[in-house]
Amino acid sequence: MSDPMAEIKASFFVECEELLESLQDGLQVIYDESDDEETINVVFRAVHSIKGGAGAFGLDTLVSFAHKFETTLDEVRSGRLKAEGNVLKLFFTCGDMLGDLVREARDDETHDEARLEPVVNDLEKLIGTDEVTGEQTNIEFEVTALSLDLDIGTPEDAGLGSDPAWRVSFTPSSLLYANGNEPQFLFRALRDLGEIEVTCETPDLPHLAELDPEHGHMSWVISLKTNEAKDAIREAFEFVEDLCQLDIAQSQDQPPGLGNLPPADHSGTDEPMATMGGDADLPAPPDEITSDTDATSDEVHPSPASGSDVPTADARPDPQDLEPASAPPPPIPSDPSAPNARRGQNNATPKATVRVDLDRIDRLVNLVGEIVINQAMLSQSVEAVGIPPNSPVRTGLEEFQQLTRDIQESVMMIRAQPVKSLFQRMSRIVRESSADIKKDVRLRTEGENTEVDKTVIERLADPLTHMIRNAVDHGLESNAERETLGKSREGNVYLSALHRSGRVVIEVRDDGAGINREKVLAKAIEKGLIPPESQLSDGEIDNLLFLPGFSTADEVSNLSGRGVGMDVVRSSIQALGGRVSIHSEPGEGTTFSISLPLTLAVLDGMVVRVEDETLVIPLNAIFETLAVSSDDLRTFGPSTHVINIRDTFVPLIDLGTELGYRSPLGDYTGGVVLLIGQEDGLSAAVIVDSIEDQRQVVIKGLQDSYGRVPGIAAATILGDGQIALILDPADLIAQASGRTKPYSAVDPCNHPSDGTTLEVREW
Amino acid sequence: MVTAHTSNDKTRDSNVHEYLSFLVGGQDYCVDIMQVREIRGGAKATTLPHSPDYMRGVINLRGTVLPIMDLASRLALDTETDGDRNVIIVVAISDRIVGLMVDAVSDILAIAEDDLQPPPDLPADQQRNFVSALTIMENRMIRVLDLTAVLPSQDEEAA
Amino acid sequence: MTIQVLAVDDSRTMRDMVRLALTSEGIQTHLAEDGVHGLEVLDEISPPDAIITDINMPRMDGFGFIDAVRTREEFRSIPILVLTTESASEMKARAREAGATGWIVKPFDPAKLVKALRMVAG
Repeated sequence: MSDPMAEIKASFFVECEELLESLQDGLQVIYDESDDEETINVVFRAVHSIKGGAGAFGLDTLVSFAHKFETTLDEVRSGRLKAEGNVLKLFFTCGDMLGDLVREARDDETHDEARLEPVVNDLEKLIGTDEVTGEQTNIEFEVTALSLDLDIGTPEDAGLGSDPAWRVSFTPSSLLYANGNEPQFLFRALRDLGEIEVTCETPDLPHLAELDPEHGHMSWVISLKTNEAKDAIREAFEFVEDLCQLDIAQSQDQPPGLGNLPPADHSGTDEPMATMGGDADLPAPPDEITSDTDATSDEVHPSPASGSDVPTADARPDPQDLEPASAPPPPIPSDPSAPNARRGQNNATPKATVRVDLDRIDRLVNLVGEIVINQAMLSQSVEAVGIPPNSPVRTGLEEFQQLTRDIQESVMMIRAQPVKSLFQRMSRIVRESSADIKKDVRLRTEGENTEVDKTVIERLADPLTHMIRNAVDHGLESNAERETLGKSREGNVYLSALHRSGRVVIEVRDDGAGINREKVLAKAIEKGLIPPESQLSDGEIDNLLFLPGFSTADEVSNLSGRGVGMDVVRSSIQALGGRVSIHSEPGEGTTFSISLPLTLAVLDGMVVRVEDETLVIPLNAIFETLAVSSDDLRTFGPSTHVINIRDTFVPLIDLGTELGYRSPLGDYTGGVVLLIGQEDGLSAAVIVDSIEDQRQVVIKGLQDSYGRVPGIAAATILGDGQIALILDPADLIAQASGRTKPYSAVDPCNHPSDGTTLEVREW
Repeated sequence: MVTAHTSNDKTRDSNVHEYLSFLVGGQDYCVDIMQVREIRGGAKATTLPHSPDYMRGVINLRGTVLPIMDLASRLALDTETDGDRNVIIVVAISDRIVGLMVDAVSDILAIAEDDLQPPPDLPADQQRNFVSALTIMENRMIRVLDLTAVLPSQDEEAA
Repeated sequence: MTIQVLAVDDSRTMRDMVRLALTSEGIQTHLAEDGVHGLEVLDEISPPDAIITDINMPRMDGFGFIDAVRTREEFRSIPILVLTTESASEMKARAREAGATGWIVKPFDPAKLVKALRMVAG
């Protein structure tokens, strides 16, 4: 398989995204509410963890920035700095910067030092240069990467007679044992440095009755022959330095024979000592230590005493057995059923999540889609051969259908993600774009845990960015203007997401001035987008913003005016099977509503027939269906009809005509009408020949294989294997001619040449 | 039904490429065999609204939506033999897969590069754009179809 | 000889790295996300030969965790190595006070972590 380190690194970047998210969250909470201790800790920990991981992979730039950020946050933690105003703003910027650095590191991109520098300078202003230089060494130490505070020397060739001899005297305090240290392991570390000989002295040893096993009573003298420096020897005692009396001194040569003591006058200590022989009374059998620490022996000699002390001897690893029955008593399993406890080790692994390649999920989604189609085909053939409805075959098939649906739903769930990450990106957009034009803007989000298909989220980023920029740039008034108007100086942009009848609705709202309709109208006329004498309703004027080529040039700032208009926003949302509508109140603000399908893979639809063609209409677009009686139909204009539905006149649209399948029939009595509604309240009565079925269909995009077709959202495969097109009702209605009366002159039949020929935008 | 016409020594020559030749509007055309995915019989296509005349619609090719192009119509050739054109050559051009509706598939030809000649530059013929080379085989002129040109670019508007 | 270790760290990356470093040396590794989780895991497994813990963690930090471990009779002698980016001496002193056996600064060298473990746990 692949390199485990590379995998961990990839997983680190995923974790970074999560940490960045909680960092953002935390800062937002501080901004919105308060800087309570725990929130600051969360923010601190996020930066801290990123730094830690980055250090492990030698990502120096990231480490050093995270360190400065962390240090500043620590100032807040310790109460020396308050996270408010400009400091908090700086933290947000740092969070963004940290995110950039993480992504740059992930994508192996070089980062822009010039962009980082001012932020670093601001941080340094807060923490003072002293702090920075003080910590500098620390950083450098860390970024040298993969070094250990404790440096255990590599074992040298032991037993070389020429190596200098050292005399180490070591008297542990009782705390040494309390902290889980074990002298024999220290000796082993020394053994790795060279040839050693250990002797134990027990001048302080109390009478056996008074012996406290928790208390250390012994001292050791180790003679060591090594060519390592004194520091290397000292490092072996790194963990215990402050828990013992330690003396390391160079002794005069003479290779000590077994049992021979180095002369006391060379020892550098005045303490008397005695060689320890094997003494059964003593808690620590020193012969074992000596043998164990014998440089020539790698064998471990288990202590029979401790071995029998442990009830779960079999399950216990060797080192436990090795432990002398001395000061620290062998650990007692907390549970008498300890051997069984091992079964629980899987439970101990934190939160069971699996990272899966998206391609694999997509493959699964596709396969499940195929099953759905297959199942539909099967049902159809079973029905066709005339098997009665309550027969076991039909019942079994129905259960199969239910299961298929359940599987499909579960598979779709895998792809669903909360919109939170998207919203956090937007909050950055707001911060940056408002700072650029010196407006105080606050983004308020709602429903960020609403889940949507991952692809939808990804492809929503661009249009949403544009809309947010628009709101900040054009929607909101300047600070001064707002104050004159008696509004809060700080403008508000609201971003919300919620599930509504099988779709997700995302709203971008500002509390700005609302659309300047006079200006928009004038601009549209000036650009020749509409005839000069046009009489448009407020709603129609607002919708002019979505016209291709509508760009209010004098409003273009460096923010939103990037050559992308709202028409692009609308078409990218339409490409996702979504719709966008606009609503504006003068003086109160503008709202853009985006309605999107939860998933791009399936759709509940109504299967209809018109002029020998089968089409699918998304169920959620249909308000109601009704049969047309002649009483309801009214001639409206020379070419059009309206239909009276409970005293509301709704334009009649012939689907067959609009799609170019037939010329208008003129008389629609007896036809079936589907009442189609839209977000902005516009609706139409779409007439079809018949309704065939209501079912879930698997969406097959047309975009990739063919291109966009006006009025058509996608395609699907029906039970008979035929392809049926899925209607995009909003697009159909928006572009419909509404002609329902036959052409008076030459009938151009399959060609609606009344000026409504819809162009194919893409091949 | 399709017989290989090639002599072995020719195929070994690196300058020789294999082409699938077919009949459309009574004329001989061929495409590089490397671009052909499969050949299948015609199926009822679902009409695409507002599409150019030469787009027959889409069919279900084992779960994918396959656009079908009426090649005779695209090449502005005689389309009287409508009923006979029921063979679909599925071709891949870059990352797109399209079905070409033709009269009949004829042969697999091995053509050496040296035997290909550039098409004459005749501005009156729109189809000049769709032919990348010509060759003579058994006294018949065979056009090498320029698939990239035949497939309108994604943003080309309706004819 | 099989050593069993419990590693407590709130960073998944760190847990992964420690696990990789240890398991590749044949050390059986249990993981926990924070102090509270660490104590839960300790109750599920047989006492480990050593514990590695981070300091800065949510719910229960490393100091609290070491403290809690040391108050349990059966865990009093388990060596505990602190693995953290903190290197300030007062932090070390606090960890020592809580009952830590040793201190390793991140980023760590896997080989040296293993060596340190062998040094404290055999």
